[in-house]
Amino acid sequence: MPRLSSATDLERFRQEILARRDPNKPCVTICSGTGCHAYGSEKVSQAFTKEIQRNGLQEKVDIRRTGCHGFCERGTIVVIFPEEICYLRVKPDDVSAIVSTTLVENKMVDRLLYEDGNGQKIVHEGEIPFYKHQSRVVFGENRLIDPKSIDDYIALGGYNALAKALFEMTPEQVLEEVKKANLRGRGGGGFPTGRKWETTRNAPGEIKYVIVNADEGDPGAYMDRSLLEGNPLSVLEGLIIGAYAIGSHQGFVYVRQEYPLAVENLNVALKQARDYGLLGQNILGSGFDFDVEVHRGAGAFVSGESSALMTAIEGRVGEPRPKYIRTAVSGIWERPSNLNNVETWATVPLIINKGAEWFTSIGTEGSKGTKIFSLVGKVNNTGLVEVPMGMTLREIIFDIGGGIPQGKKFKAVQTGGPSGGVIPEKFLDLPIDFDELTKAGSMMGSGGMIVMDEDTCMVDIARYFLNFLAEESCGKCIPCREGIYQMLKILNRICEGKGEEGDIELLKEISEVVRDASLCALGQTAPNPVLSTIKYFRDEYESHIEEKRCPALACKALISYYIEPEKCQACLICLRNCPVEAITGGKNIIHVINQDKCTKCGTCLEVCPPRFGAVTTLSGVKVPEPVLVGTEVIRKRGEGK
Amino acid sequence: MNEVTLIINDEEVKAREGMTILEAARSAGIDIPTLCHHEKLAPYGACRLCIVEIVKGQRTRLVTSCVYTVEDELIVKTESEPVIKLRRMLLELMWARAPGVQPIRNYGMRYGITGVQAARDYGVMLGISPIKTKFEIEPTFCILCGLCVRYCAEVTKKNAIGFVGRGTEREVVFFPEIAHEECPNCKECYSLCPTGALPSHYALAEAYHST
Repeated sequence: MPRLSSATDLERFRQEILARRDPNKPCVTICSGTGCHAYGSEKVSQAFTKEIQRNGLQEKVDIRRTGCHGFCERGTIVVIFPEEICYLRVKPDDVSAIVSTTLVENKMVDRLLYEDGNGQKIVHEGEIPFYKHQSRVVFGENRLIDPKSIDDYIALGGYNALAKALFEMTPEQVLEEVKKANLRGRGGGGFPTGRKWETTRNAPGEIKYVIVNADEGDPGAYMDRSLLEGNPLSVLEGLIIGAYAIGSHQGFVYVRQEYPLAVENLNVALKQARDYGLLGQNILGSGFDFDVEVHRGAGAFVSGESSALMTAIEGRVGEPRPKYIRTAVSGIWERPSNLNNVETWATVPLIINKGAEWFTSIGTEGSKGTKIFSLVGKVNNTGLVEVPMGMTLREIIFDIGGGIPQGKKFKAVQTGGPSGGVIPEKFLDLPIDFDELTKAGSMMGSGGMIVMDEDTCMVDIARYFLNFLAEESCGKCIPCREGIYQMLKILNRICEGKGEEGDIELLKEISEVVRDASLCALGQTAPNPVLSTIKYFRDEYESHIEEKRCPALACKALISYYIEPEKCQACLICLRNCPVEAITGGKNIIHVINQDKCTKCGTCLEVCPPRFGAVTTLSGVKVPEPVLVGTEVIRKRGEGK
Repeated sequence: MNEVTLIINDEEVKAREGMTILEAARSAGIDIPTLCHHEKLAPYGACRLCIVEIVKGQRTRLVTSCVYTVEDELIVKTESEPVIKLRRMLLELMWARAPGVQPIRNYGMRYGITGVQAARDYGVMLGISPIKTKFEIEPTFCILCGLCVRYCAEVTKKNAIGFVGRGTEREVVFFPEIAHEECPNCKECYSLCPTGALPSHYALAEAYHST
């Protein structure tokens, strides 16, 4: 284990690693991020080890388990270097074919390649539309390194930025560079990182802290997780650079206990960095001391709020504090504490390496650089995408995301997590950055992007997010605890068909108070999903309240399933599948749903063969009485039109 | 300590530097409603009733007066229209939780909450002829002001009582092991509680302890 004690040492060590590695030697990389892990990448990886040995290739082929590649929809992802042949949805059973065909015969396994809309096969990862339109500057290294190997990170130029900062720049210069880059916090608020650093740096007190906020908890968001799992050393390098600029010698990483792989990889990274002299006393022989403690969160969403997070690090219940002094001045144990999100820290080494000018050349006027989004919901290519600020929602959802599945119509996209807002179709050409999203009534948040199609009910969506927030409110302050609760009750009522006139106004009235009076950002932003859906989809609220109709046919209490007698072929499929035996009829006797028994599970709709299409969903209208009760229409299968 | 001069409701008020707006106002005889404030305890900022409007240059802001410290020439409005609107909603929300708790009744009346008529409300509490208020009444014993919890932590330093649960599930509990040892000779929190709910919470803890 080399202990690197100068920039030259680091460079020499890097050259040694590179000299040992043959860039032309085939390397099978298997994505082992959380998504692929869930698909069984562990077994795929074992199968490769076995199969490569069986073919006697162990000396000729390397295997590397990497972090998340981002195209989680198609896991397990396998990429074979140096050609970068990309195989998708790889199962353990496919491995022997890959080894014998690609590694031995140098041919493609066509069925595992990406196929575009025209049936054209795409071999290389970077040419797949999902990747082609992205700019993966922060997230891109994930696919190239084994997160448990510091050598992999160093081989790619890792710690170059730290060496540059420590030996070629003063702390002031580092700070200036980050300020010049106009990097804004990726955790949600978009506060200028450099200014925050400066505040902590200038705050009185010898002891200062720097913190990584890895308490990502938005439903459907996992970019920080994947970054910390896949490239923990980049986050750490950014943190050390920040500590140097700020004058801090102690850092904390607050990471959710629910992210076991992130915790594990982070701890491995910290150990390796310490062993190499890249963390701890006298980093790289520069005389700068800095170390990091990992603090695992106990599962409270509100702990992602900076003052609550710091209270939790102090060992108390993670609840926000009412303070007008910023945590940058008075944070953990009332000492100046600079907190940034995972992605923000990971961006820092890039800025130091390539310069503020490079960074500001990407993005929009007010938002520079790239942003990682978690693209999920009703979109074909779900996964993590990194794009330059200013890309339009349309490009992200349609070009990268591949549009809406099953030819359905796009309805809205929810950005910024539970406290964000819903953005309707008319804003699809909105260039995404901090300010534009806020103007549209939503926010950047940490980068969640949930796509919704025509089947999504906007009232139900507002209800879903309010329910999440009601459960995650710490309960300390009245507006958040009681206000969200009452709003949720109203939304539940509306979705159950018990909405009353005046409910929309009451929702708005409570929203204003929750927004203006809540103690922390959780409460202050909680009304966003409600206000934005009212703003853009008020007619849906009105349909629910006035007509007791759910236009998206999603709210169970407001819909009924009905079998159209003219279309029913009396095939018995729905009748047999109904879990509550609510369907009557028989062979050659058209089927009727007993509405009193029906639990609206939707099974009949799912199982009715599309060529019959006899089951329909009704809302806001009375279900027609069965025709000829008692003497049911008898019809032989295939008869009738 | 330096003295600063601020204007509260058009009245010139002198205050010591470092004082909160709430302290300065109260010292000048201007009342700002609070549920969670106590002079012996650190500001908590939970009830939000003490929110006031401040004017600095062109900017108007709503701030929590139990935390915000005074500044020279600061203009404070403790009963402006947005402030009243906000307090009314907060009290309305609390009314649904604790319609019988004295401070909430008093403030409720002060801010003219819909249907605040003592007789009718007692009727609601007793389950007779429910009246229509903005929110359905679901009464609880405790208003979660945290006076007991903070007093036990900050003044007596026993930590025999604390919060458990989140959101509307949040509640105050005595920790049986500590409470059994510490509380019999103390019970100082009882007199702080605006609801009178503490003895029953304590009895529950004792019951747990004896099993």
